[in-house]
Amino acid sequence: MANDDVKKIRIEGRGVYVPGDDIDTDQIIPARFMRCVTFDGLGKYAFYDVRFNADETPKEHPLNEEIYAAANILLSNNNFGCGSSREHAPQALKRFGFDAFIAESFAEIFAGNCATLGLPAVSVKKSAVENLAAKIQKSPQIKVVISLMDKTIECDGEIFSFTMPESHRQSLINGTWDTVFELQKNDAEVEATLSSLPYSKGFK
Amino acid sequence: MGKHLVDKIWELHKVKTLPSGQDQIAIGLHLIHEVTSPQAFAMLKEYNMAVKHPERTFATADHIIPTESRARPFADSLAEAMMEAVEKNTKEYGITFFGPESGLQGVVHIIGPELGLTQPGMTIVCGDSHTATHGAFGALAFGIGTSQVRDVLATQTMAMGKPKVRKIEVKGKLSRGVTAKDIILKIIAELGVNGGLGYAYEYAGETIEGLSMEERMTVCNMSIEGGARFGYINPDQTTFDYLKGRKYVPSGAAWDKAVEFWKSIASDADAQYDDIYTLDVNNLKPMVTWGINPGQAIGVDEPIPETASLPGEYQDSAGKGLIHMGFKEGETMEGKKIDVAFIGSCTNGRISDLRDAAEFLKGKRVAEGVWAFVVPGSNSVKIQAEKEGLDKIFEAAGFQWREAGCSICLGMNPDKLVGNQMSASSSNRNFIGRQGSPTGKTLLMSPVMVAAAAVAGKVVDIRKL
Repeated sequence: MANDDVKKIRIEGRGVYVPGDDIDTDQIIPARFMRCVTFDGLGKYAFYDVRFNADETPKEHPLNEEIYAAANILLSNNNFGCGSSREHAPQALKRFGFDAFIAESFAEIFAGNCATLGLPAVSVKKSAVENLAAKIQKSPQIKVVISLMDKTIECDGEIFSFTMPESHRQSLINGTWDTVFELQKNDAEVEATLSSLPYSKGFK
Repeated sequence: MGKHLVDKIWELHKVKTLPSGQDQIAIGLHLIHEVTSPQAFAMLKEYNMAVKHPERTFATADHIIPTESRARPFADSLAEAMMEAVEKNTKEYGITFFGPESGLQGVVHIIGPELGLTQPGMTIVCGDSHTATHGAFGALAFGIGTSQVRDVLATQTMAMGKPKVRKIEVKGKLSRGVTAKDIILKIIAELGVNGGLGYAYEYAGETIEGLSMEERMTVCNMSIEGGARFGYINPDQTTFDYLKGRKYVPSGAAWDKAVEFWKSIASDADAQYDDIYTLDVNNLKPMVTWGINPGQAIGVDEPIPETASLPGEYQDSAGKGLIHMGFKEGETMEGKKIDVAFIGSCTNGRISDLRDAAEFLKGKRVAEGVWAFVVPGSNSVKIQAEKEGLDKIFEAAGFQWREAGCSICLGMNPDKLVGNQMSASSSNRNFIGRQGSPTGKTLLMSPVMVAAAAVAGKVVDIRKL
């Protein structure tokens, strides 16, 4: 599967800033929309309760603004994606149209889920979020480029460095983020490890 | 130099280092439920993969299951489709399914321990962030996403980085009315909702050692609310006593071998930790949340902090929390009116939680206008409670007595807040919209504090009653 299509080396596009610390996965995809057996239809429910009133009329929210409709990079603040482990959250954002996330920090399970879906989730300093947000808000069409090779974000002639777990970066660059294929290669070693576990046969 | 439990379990289960730098880790026990598994099975089919070790995966239904009538088909056709999917998938792949007919259904984190599936020294995963509950037994237990559920089904392994370990040493004696729930709410309030990022929390010290297994599960359950994906307690005699005689626990000579192994995986006395934090609980008060994340918790008679006095990273959520909840800085939680009282969930839906609440409720009545209900964490908890007559006490007090499930902890089933109702809840999350109404409000607290709030119609300090 490690072909060039799946190598995530450079993500470019437009950004949208969704401000806030501790944006939890219940907010990203409310639980009632998880009554489903496929992720396919989740895109339209991303951030539903912060985007829409109970009568389905839109609220004021960056993701409801036409000028950000083409954004494919979401920018936010601290502890993005905290709470429930639901992969429905990054799946909904992916289907909404996002290819990557920039935030001050990410919750661990959310970051892991993003990595497994081939979605870079990169962390930058607070000042960089503020700077990027200002640039995007001033010119929504401005180009944002995330380089996974250089660990940088380029926007409006400025370069910001980012951090992310090195294993996530490696698997994105190498196109091996869909872990199941990598894990399947080591069948004999897996069986050896499993059968060596003291509890493998109920301690008999 | 000694090793801690994480090192020991990791060494046993590590298959190899992957090219990404992560380790491939063998999984001893895989628990699945109806919400985060159907897509994983669909991916298996898409890739034409089989389930590698169906005997290591166990399934139940908890999130979507109605707690009033379980008559099939469910009134909610979407919930029915999810139930049918888990029934079909487990049957097709030869996975044991503890559905309602088995008599053993319940919240996944309640039934794993009560069946003895959860054992010390194992790696345990589930597509659910509260999987750290099982860490109470000295297992390395953590929540995973659906693609990883697929990975575990297909290979019985997953790709993972080894966490750092923070030892949280708890000392002191809990006052009357103060519970394990208050300990974990205090830890989260002190270390922050993302303080545990990258860490496993080892809960230790005299106070933790003195807790029952059910109390230990409550503590470990909410590790993720502090940002820690893993939480655990070293196995000891309390652990072994709990496990003995349970359905999936070995007996006879195998039991002795098991105990020997379980003892061996506990952290060594001279283990090195990445961080150590000490909490004295001698003066700990019953904790109640005032905001929109579990770290926004204070002693019931303490003032809501001034936003400006908080560290910068907490101010945004504090401001939003006050607006959503309609509270002001300096107010106490004592006296806040409630509309709903919920006792249940993977945090506090065990028999000891129900006993505590029932003991308080004997001879009392729920305040007028409060919707109060108890949802046992499992069918076994329900049966045990009925044997003890707890259901009668709850019903006499005006609580509804329901069937086992996740219920109103999250808005996925018919149990939901309506409009801007305020709920006193023994669950684990007070996020905006969590309990099913986008304008609903949640106050997290211990089960006995919920019972007391139900009777008073407002938050009260259990210590004063």
